[in-house]
Amino acid sequence: METNTPRLLPLGDTAWTVEFGNRIDPALHGRVLGLLLEVLERTRTEETFAGIVDTVPTFRSLTVCYDPLKCDGERLGEALLSLARTTGAVQRDGRHWRLPVCFDSDFAPDLDDLAQTKGLTREAVIELLLATTFRVYMIAFMPGFPYMGGLPEALEMPRLKSPRKAVPARSFAIAGAMCAVYPWESPGGWRLLGRTPIPLFSARDEHSPSLLSSGDRVSWRAVERNEYTELEAAALAGNLQRASLLVEENPS
Amino acid sequence: MNGLIEVTDPGIGNSIQDLGRIGYRHMGIAVSGCLDSLLARCANALVGNPAECACIEVRAAGPVLTVRQGRVRVALTGALTATLVRADDGGQEHEVPPWQSVSLDSGDELRVGFAAGGAAYVAVSGGFATPLQLGSRSTYRRAEIGEPIVLGLRIPCAVLPFRGAYEFSADPWRHEEGPIRIILGPQDDHFTLEAIALLLGSEYKATAQSDRMGMRLEGPALAHREPALADIVSDGATLGAIQVPGNGLPIILLADCQTSGGYPKIATVISADLPRLAQVRPGQTLRFHAVDVRQARLALQAQETRWSWWAYGIVHGVSGAEVNKDLRAGWPLYQDPWHQGG
Repeated sequence: METNTPRLLPLGDTAWTVEFGNRIDPALHGRVLGLLLEVLERTRTEETFAGIVDTVPTFRSLTVCYDPLKCDGERLGEALLSLARTTGAVQRDGRHWRLPVCFDSDFAPDLDDLAQTKGLTREAVIELLLATTFRVYMIAFMPGFPYMGGLPEALEMPRLKSPRKAVPARSFAIAGAMCAVYPWESPGGWRLLGRTPIPLFSARDEHSPSLLSSGDRVSWRAVERNEYTELEAAALAGNLQRASLLVEENPS
Repeated sequence: MNGLIEVTDPGIGNSIQDLGRIGYRHMGIAVSGCLDSLLARCANALVGNPAECACIEVRAAGPVLTVRQGRVRVALTGALTATLVRADDGGQEHEVPPWQSVSLDSGDELRVGFAAGGAAYVAVSGGFATPLQLGSRSTYRRAEIGEPIVLGLRIPCAVLPFRGAYEFSADPWRHEEGPIRIILGPQDDHFTLEAIALLLGSEYKATAQSDRMGMRLEGPALAHREPALADIVSDGATLGAIQVPGNGLPIILLADCQTSGGYPKIATVISADLPRLAQVRPGQTLRFHAVDVRQARLALQAQETRWSWWAYGIVHGVSGAEVNKDLRAGWPLYQDPWHQGG
């Protein structure tokens, strides 16, 4: 079965990161989700796990946050590692979205640079992005921020050496083999290739504040500036139905 | 809970914070909460609140708060004073120093001054009881969570059960000194041995490019073992994590930090020393010292004990006298300090 051995890494005295590998890989993500379910179960039933206050599943690792005054961090770490060694993978398939994105130059400060570095035309880069179906691995970094895998290798670029102080909200961005949308204005080091008019998070929606969830698939549709502006206004006014952005509802 | 305070001038850089929004990181929601949780707990203790009550965190120009329904008790902690103008006092100004409580009646106005340190706190009896969102009152403006402090905002709090009470005061809490303690990892193996030695042996200066999300440092650049190791497939991040992007300059993540990130984290500041980071101003320098998980826990336990003793040292009926016109009946609102440590 799995040959790679999980590693236990300290994230200070309030969290452990159990790392299954360093790639974006559905198999690794499956192991992360498998461990997550086991940990959540044990948090309710076992004393060693009782000090856990939160969990952050990522592509390739599970970070387990604990209260250092309520449990013995070292013992918890050992227990997590032995659990990670024996727990199997879990797979999950979610909804398929088609989201609009506008590639106008003022929205896409890094698009020309990416094209040039990769020896492609601007149009070829856009074409590759539109032909890709991305998979949402996790919602992390900030509320509703979807980390999506599946970026064609021809477009892979590392993050900026020095992150921007302010990335505009709803920027469509790539880094490494990933694609994402910044739901909020924030500092960030991803390369900005466009902008979507669709809000990815609403705190008012108590049940599903985040538009996307882990396991969803996302493809992109290019829109001109006027459609972008219309959709943005509709979303702001609360007149945008999330369901209208779905390609198909919950394939079995 | 029928006290009411109105914001009559929002000031600059103020937010309502409690001990944080715990348990929502898997949705990408930051923990937030007071940058200096110790000073916030001190402020709460001085007005008789449990540690979880929300305070106003002041990082620049404090707000003006007008009591609409009193009588309420407030206290300031940190490098912060306020001016009190009583409703029935002919506009006379009284200085309110930190580290002591003062009781305010309806119509009284508290003009909170400028925070000279990094973060200072205003507590009120019952806490600033804005609506709970996802289990916390902490403000996380980046995601429009929490009540922003704006002109005219009316915040419920608790009135004192009867007129006339002792005021409470204590010695200022002193943060520990010496280097900031860190635990190496999770990605210390992405860095050269020289980089680790530089981190532990050099001074780093806090820059003005700092906010509640993170503090950017200046100093010797920390080299990754190879350029490709300056980028990782994003994994979990937390308060205190020291991430190092390709330029080699460390950024310490703070309360509003992202829940995950793609720059390698060379080390993480231990939880006992996180409140100290809140008091670091741009231009000040830091040094780091490596400890392990066990030492970090001992440091935190020792600090909790020291805090309990600080709270035990709260005395009543002393320095409130200058600002409090009404010191008749005695009644200690303050609760057993051993149950406030959290």
